[in-house]
Amino acid sequence: MKAKYRFLLAVIVLGLLMTGPFMVTVLLVWLGTSEDEHAELVHLLFSHLPTGIAMTVAGFVVGVVVLRKLFKQYVDGLLSMSEKLRLMLGANRNFRVTPEGPPEVQHLARAANDLAQQRDVLLDDVSEQIAVAKASVEEEKNRLAALMSELAQAVVVCNLDGRILLYNNRARLQFKALAQGPTSVSGGALIGLGRSIFSILEKNQVQHAEEVVRQRLAAGKTALSNFITTLRGGQLLRVQMVPVLGGSERGDRMSGYVLTIENITRNVEEEARRDQVLHALTEGSRASLGSIRAAVTNLIDYPDMEPEMRERFLGVVGDEVAGMSQRLDRTMVEYSDSMKMRWPLEDILGIDLIAAAQRRIEEKLRLPTKTEGLDDALWVKADSFSLVFALLFLSSRLQDHYEPRELRFRLSAEGKLAYLDLIWAGPAMSSETFYTWEMESMHVGAETSPLTLRDVIDRHGGEIWYQREKAAHRAYFRFVLPVATPEIAEEQDDNKRGAGRPEYYDFDLFNYEDKSVDLDRKLSELTYTVFDTETTGLQPSGGDEIIQIGAARIVNNRLLRQEVFDQLVDPERPLRPESIPIHGITEDMVRGKPNIDLVLPAFHEFCADTVLIAHNAAFDMRFLQLKEKRTGVRFAQPVLDTLLLSAVVHPNQESHKLDSILDRLGIEIDARHNALEDALATAEVFLRMVPLLEQMGIVTVRQALEASEKTYFARVKY
Amino acid sequence: MANKILIVDDEPNIVISLEFLMKKEGFAVAVASDGDEALALVASFNPDLLLLDVMMPKKSGFEVCEALRADPERAGLKIVMLTAKGRDTEMAKGLALGADAYVTKPFSTKELVDKVKEMLAV
Repeated sequence: MKAKYRFLLAVIVLGLLMTGPFMVTVLLVWLGTSEDEHAELVHLLFSHLPTGIAMTVAGFVVGVVVLRKLFKQYVDGLLSMSEKLRLMLGANRNFRVTPEGPPEVQHLARAANDLAQQRDVLLDDVSEQIAVAKASVEEEKNRLAALMSELAQAVVVCNLDGRILLYNNRARLQFKALAQGPTSVSGGALIGLGRSIFSILEKNQVQHAEEVVRQRLAAGKTALSNFITTLRGGQLLRVQMVPVLGGSERGDRMSGYVLTIENITRNVEEEARRDQVLHALTEGSRASLGSIRAAVTNLIDYPDMEPEMRERFLGVVGDEVAGMSQRLDRTMVEYSDSMKMRWPLEDILGIDLIAAAQRRIEEKLRLPTKTEGLDDALWVKADSFSLVFALLFLSSRLQDHYEPRELRFRLSAEGKLAYLDLIWAGPAMSSETFYTWEMESMHVGAETSPLTLRDVIDRHGGEIWYQREKAAHRAYFRFVLPVATPEIAEEQDDNKRGAGRPEYYDFDLFNYEDKSVDLDRKLSELTYTVFDTETTGLQPSGGDEIIQIGAARIVNNRLLRQEVFDQLVDPERPLRPESIPIHGITEDMVRGKPNIDLVLPAFHEFCADTVLIAHNAAFDMRFLQLKEKRTGVRFAQPVLDTLLLSAVVHPNQESHKLDSILDRLGIEIDARHNALEDALATAEVFLRMVPLLEQMGIVTVRQALEASEKTYFARVKY
Repeated sequence: MANKILIVDDEPNIVISLEFLMKKEGFAVAVASDGDEALALVASFNPDLLLLDVMMPKKSGFEVCEALRADPERAGLKIVMLTAKGRDTEMAKGLALGADAYVTKPFSTKELVDKVKEMLAV
């Protein structure tokens, strides 16, 4: 029953209580008296009735007032308190009831508050434990990712849709090396979290391998599958697939796969060359040997043949033997070429190389060696086996010609070049002598090599020369070798951008299924390309051109600083001098860079399947759209503008410039007004805005676009 | 009447020996240096046995063998393939195309003569 009706009922009961006893008394008196007394009674009653009614009404009013007051305090008070308690239960955990009203209600309120307090402590405890558990899971993931990134093989982990969840550094470098084209990311070998592996590997082959793995799993065999695939550039990759199990309740279902990828192009080419050599030596010799054997047998079997015939048979033998010798020589030349190609250079510490050479020389030639001025931190790219043999060969030549008492080694670096010097004391040698040594096949005692010293040097992309130190009365051979550092340098470059944990993985993508952009998905779940352009000026239709595009990706609410697009563009027109201080890009920097016709398709590929984000997007989009016709590339995906989103989140703020927003949201960044830096800043802004938008009930991309549109129109009207 | 042997090879250095050998054994010998010439000589010279090289200009030994085996009138013609291709697969092909024997260079002349005699049953 509603409180209102109960109040009404109570009022009626009060009225009855106040009039009822009087009525009953009058009735009893009436019944207990005679007829004569009745008239007297009526008279008496009516003469006092007004006073009685007045008293009763007054009493009734007081009664109702008291009743109402009590009702308000106890019933309504408790009702409103229960509403507040509900609030505490749901929407606002931190809300507390203010104790008011009669003491009993206040007691109740305080007791409820205490209960809420106790609940909060428990909840906090639980969330703390969840956080700890999460952190430990996260740590394990990081450890796994770190482990993967150290592997020497290229490894890529995908979910069943072929989306990349994890890749290691080697995979990144390998596909980067495979990418061919004018820009850093073009060429179709785009690797990135959330990207499809099918843009790199043939889809049918991957799916076939997946099927094989499933069948082997079902049959209880070792679940793996191999295939060889050809890339667009003709490169050959050998791929091995093993399944990632789990992800379902039973834990034995395949939820993704790990691909180990090896570039075997070179091996295959080398094998083909070796096959050719082998073929030339066997098949090529058969015919000649056949002729010789038959001729010789005839000579032996028929000693009394005519002299003319004998001459002809001898002629056959001489002819074929000469042919075979030539063929053998030719094959050997090709063979040593193919050996040159086959041996890859490895990174080796310079002093280790010298130590190996010293050991060989002392063992083989009994010639003492020393070192001086060794740069012990210098790594070189070398084929240590052939290089040590070359040093041994030179030493033995020196020993034969000049009989030095000892040899010395010296190692120093000059920029990207390493100098390895072999020093001896003695008279000057002629350049002819050295030239002979350089060009003859190397041999030391019984050990020989099909290579010449020159071959060894060429294979290292190096040089060698002879030089004298007149004052010290000694001379040296200087080997120039490439210093091994490029990969490390590249890592440092990356670290500048991505501090902290590696971003090569995202296991949450295991559950990522949709392929195209779905506007009704949550903002925090989508993949974005955040970009910025630098231009020659502010008039896209007035002939101004893009000179730089910078972009980064956001996947699963995380900014991937390692997956960026950073490209200068030749505008094919002069820069405006007044704009140079703004973007810091000079004529020299853009000349000779690819033009927009080349860059835009590459950028388009980089953006595939993502929502675009830019600050003041209309400006950048205008530049892109003006090139649509010329390049045939259309940017049709949805575009979010952080300027408009800022206006949605903070409608009462005056400025929505990127700098102001960065200030407002407390984001600190190093540099600005470089396209990539600005894109990264914009990305940070967007990531901070997502929760703010969610608080306003803007959760999906569609809602964000609609809200942006409203502010946009509001601004235009204004 | 002496059996007739047609030697088909484009390398004169082996032809000399083969011709010499077969003549010494009392066979009548003709020589062709490519596939087309071989087919023409089969028609005019009408040999009993062919010593057929595989690697030749114009028509390869395989093609000549195939063409001859397609002609039922020549069913009695013996074909010995004589080749520098030593792989099992090529040997299998030669025999599959109808060669009666497959001899890989370098070969023993004595064994070749024995084989020819055996095939011609002399």
